[in-house]
Amino acid sequence: MTVTQQRLAPSAPRAARKHNPITWVQRGGLTTLLFLLPLLIVFGVFSWSPIVQSVIMSFQKTNLVTAPVFVGWDNFVAVFNDPLFYTAIRNTGYFAVLALLFGYPIPLVAAVIMSEVKRMKGLYSVLAYLPVVIPPVVSVLLWKIFYDAGPDGVFNTILGAIGIPPQPWIQDAATAMPSLVLQATWAGAGSTIIIYLAALTGVAPELYDAAEVDGAGIGKKIWHVTLPQLRGILFITLILQIIATAQVFLQPFLFTSGGPVNSTTTILLLIYQYAFQNSLGGAYGEATALSLMLAVFLAILSIVYFRLTARWSDQ
Amino acid sequence: MTTTDLIPAAPALEQAPPVRGSRRRRREVETDADRGILSRADRRAPRVRITTNGLHALMLVLLVLVGLVPLLWLLKSAVTPTQDTLTNPLGLFPHGFAWSNVVKAWNDVHIGDFFFNTIAMAAGEWAVQLLVATTGGFALSVLRPKYGKILSGLVLATLFVPAVVLLVPLYLTILHPPLIGHSLINTFWAVWLPAGASAFNVVLVMRFFDSLPREVFEAARTDGAGTFRLFWSVVLPMSKPIIGVVSVFAINAAWADFLWPNLVLTDIAVQPLSVRLPQIQSSTDLGVYLAALAIATLIPVVIFLIFQRTFLRGGGLGGAVKG
Repeated sequence: MTVTQQRLAPSAPRAARKHNPITWVQRGGLTTLLFLLPLLIVFGVFSWSPIVQSVIMSFQKTNLVTAPVFVGWDNFVAVFNDPLFYTAIRNTGYFAVLALLFGYPIPLVAAVIMSEVKRMKGLYSVLAYLPVVIPPVVSVLLWKIFYDAGPDGVFNTILGAIGIPPQPWIQDAATAMPSLVLQATWAGAGSTIIIYLAALTGVAPELYDAAEVDGAGIGKKIWHVTLPQLRGILFITLILQIIATAQVFLQPFLFTSGGPVNSTTTILLLIYQYAFQNSLGGAYGEATALSLMLAVFLAILSIVYFRLTARWSDQ
Repeated sequence: MTTTDLIPAAPALEQAPPVRGSRRRRREVETDADRGILSRADRRAPRVRITTNGLHALMLVLLVLVGLVPLLWLLKSAVTPTQDTLTNPLGLFPHGFAWSNVVKAWNDVHIGDFFFNTIAMAAGEWAVQLLVATTGGFALSVLRPKYGKILSGLVLATLFVPAVVLLVPLYLTILHPPLIGHSLINTFWAVWLPAGASAFNVVLVMRFFDSLPREVFEAARTDGAGTFRLFWSVVLPMSKPIIGVVSVFAINAAWADFLWPNLVLTDIAVQPLSVRLPQIQSSTDLGVYLAALAIATLIPVVIFLIFQRTFLRGGGLGGAVKG
């Protein structure tokens, strides 16, 4: 074991180093590999290999019985010929836009107000974070009960108390998607609020002092100091939210299974249906082709986004 | 998929001390170092004070309504007779309690079994994730083999691959795993092993190990400690904070996971709560069902209340990364 000391000591004489398997083992190469073994096995089998496989499978027909056959771009063509593909894109886009409208400004406003709280600040944060802690499945199932379309449903009872007629919520194609987004926003806003709160404590007080010297009021301080100082984190949360909403699955799967009349079929739901809810047997090729297209799209979007925001950030 | 919202937290751990340090420095020159948007003069102005106090009170009411009331409603309805919840969902025990809901959920609907399945699933995922992240992190950041850079790059790269890309090939891997020869479907290994491939954990642990003083490792070496001794008796005891963070996130993520266990655990005998709850919905009495939902919520909420700081800092310190 003492031999391994050499590896850590940078002063070990260079001339003494010979490269052959025996010296490699003596210097602890094998021990290092032993420590890496869990990582290599788990990542190799359950991450790296599936990633490579998904690229290969998207060009293959696989049915688990006969050997896979290469079919060129057939899977991609099949996806493009599926009318549901365009429905899924529209629905996912609609979800993302609604999630941005509901979910992007609310945490920011809440965090700015909460950051000025002096007493019981912790209580505010805990309350805001509670919905995030509820297991997502439980949260969706609970809201499914809230969304009961009858006049005695929880939300409809509340609406009735202020004179609004019962809403169909997730049972109508027009209101289903906004209902899904409402629950998703409720479940996710807490973590964004916590991120903004931390960013707000990092704003240098001198900036506010300086703004006051220049005669800025509260509104101007928020507009000219707070928001520009949060710019970096606002850019990051925006792209992270877009990436997350592009992969929304739980809400459409558990609330509506994509209905009514496919009004909530999202891209991930379509991938799932291709692979695992297919009466003709798993269309694994189409599923991987579509997931690969989604991944490439998100990668390009992120790169373009970071190029653009990098320019705006360096002012 | 669950880790995406946590990614900004990764670089935060090491960035936190400078923030604290710079604030201390400020306090020497500043009189009002803890100030935010409002100055002392602002706070003294009656109109501002009334508005902010009003806003804060409104905020508190909204947060209670949005954050706490749904949870309280769940707890209330879990012990309310089904008929009352159906006809008067907002009533407060108009016809007394129905504690039998909880008993029925635990015994008749077998929520107890699924509860322990969830614990088994979470415990295994936790163990595998810790094993992979600590041994791998130790090898890459402390032992630093020549090929380490490439390997960390390969691990890091998986962070940028959306989880859905893995879905189908991973499912087929579990169906026909290499070397083992029989399917892992309906065994806990099907959820335990893929959970270990979390680049997020490895990066978090590596960053922490990188920040440990290397002199300590060299001193331990000089005192005759071998590599295993160094790992077990020096590095691990120094890493309790990061092990705590990884553990809390691992257990919480396991408790929340749905899509993957729903695919690979199709046998009721091994299903966790998240997979089972949606399936029993239509066949279970509403009161009993709500009791089941409440039981499933209990552990994560209790863990959160105990480890508040880890959650709020881990989820929040990402704010230290400013653009």
